[in-house]
Amino acid sequence: MNEQALLGLADDELVLGWRDSEWTGIAPMLEEDVAFSSIAQNEIGHARAVYELLVGPEGDADALAFDRKAEEYHCSPLVELHLLEWAHTIARRWLYEVADEIRITALKDDSDPAVAGLAAKIDREEAYHRMHAEMWHDRLRGEPRFQAAVEELWPYALGVLPTELRGELVTRVGLPEVEAIERGTHTDELAPMWKEMTEVRRSAPAGARW
Amino acid sequence: MSHPVWEVFRKERRGQPFEHAGSVVAPDADFAEAWAREQYGRRGESVALWLVPREAIRDVEDWADEFDLKYRRVDGYSIKARLKEARERAGTAGPG
Repeated sequence: MNEQALLGLADDELVLGWRDSEWTGIAPMLEEDVAFSSIAQNEIGHARAVYELLVGPEGDADALAFDRKAEEYHCSPLVELHLLEWAHTIARRWLYEVADEIRITALKDDSDPAVAGLAAKIDREEAYHRMHAEMWHDRLRGEPRFQAAVEELWPYALGVLPTELRGELVTRVGLPEVEAIERGTHTDELAPMWKEMTEVRRSAPAGARW
Repeated sequence: MSHPVWEVFRKERRGQPFEHAGSVVAPDADFAEAWAREQYGRRGESVALWLVPREAIRDVEDWADEFDLKYRRVDGYSIKARLKEARERAGTAGPG
């Protein structure tokens, strides 16, 4: 597994965790508010673990997470979208979890035991996220509004995975393969989010300890 | 929204009884499980949960005692003095 792909995974988890946490306090049901916020927090925890692996024991995971410019992030456009609309938010959660499962499963067989071990650890927590996403998918799949959201986000979902893993996503989601919105490009929605996400850190003098 | 209420019981440690923890409002058992996991288990505060639809619970809260059968009730007995005496005999101190 190359470092760029691991950085892509960590950035996906950080940015999606950030996006999903925008629902805290305003999700449609109180119970879901708690669950959704908790999952968002877990995703950020996964990002931290991968950043720590990338920088090594002496490195600074916070610096890697927050001291890059917006255009230097390797997240997929899917996770950048600012979706304060529930059908699209759940459609993204579900598409992302299906794609992420395929990616994590591949990582569990990585030749680097540290990568494979971390992937297995993340996978155990993701199993619960998948349960949550599947539960929503089962409930909403018959709704035209949800289906339209899935179809709208589908080219973005393909862009989460490298080309060699996309076939399985096509099979699992059951939509035809289309041109993906690729990682490496960014939507206009990343920059404002990055500004907010890094605001406190950028306001502190260099070398500040937290 | 008129989703049913699920009463949540949690077991804090193995070997302990389940105790009522609270409730969640959820459309079905799967949602109730997902949400109860978050609210009553995510901090490691429970080793097991029971989820019970409130409608499955039979309420009992009327207690007829028309004939004043006080001797059946626990408050009909004062054991304080007898307990003190028993403790002294056994040589153990009471709670103050």
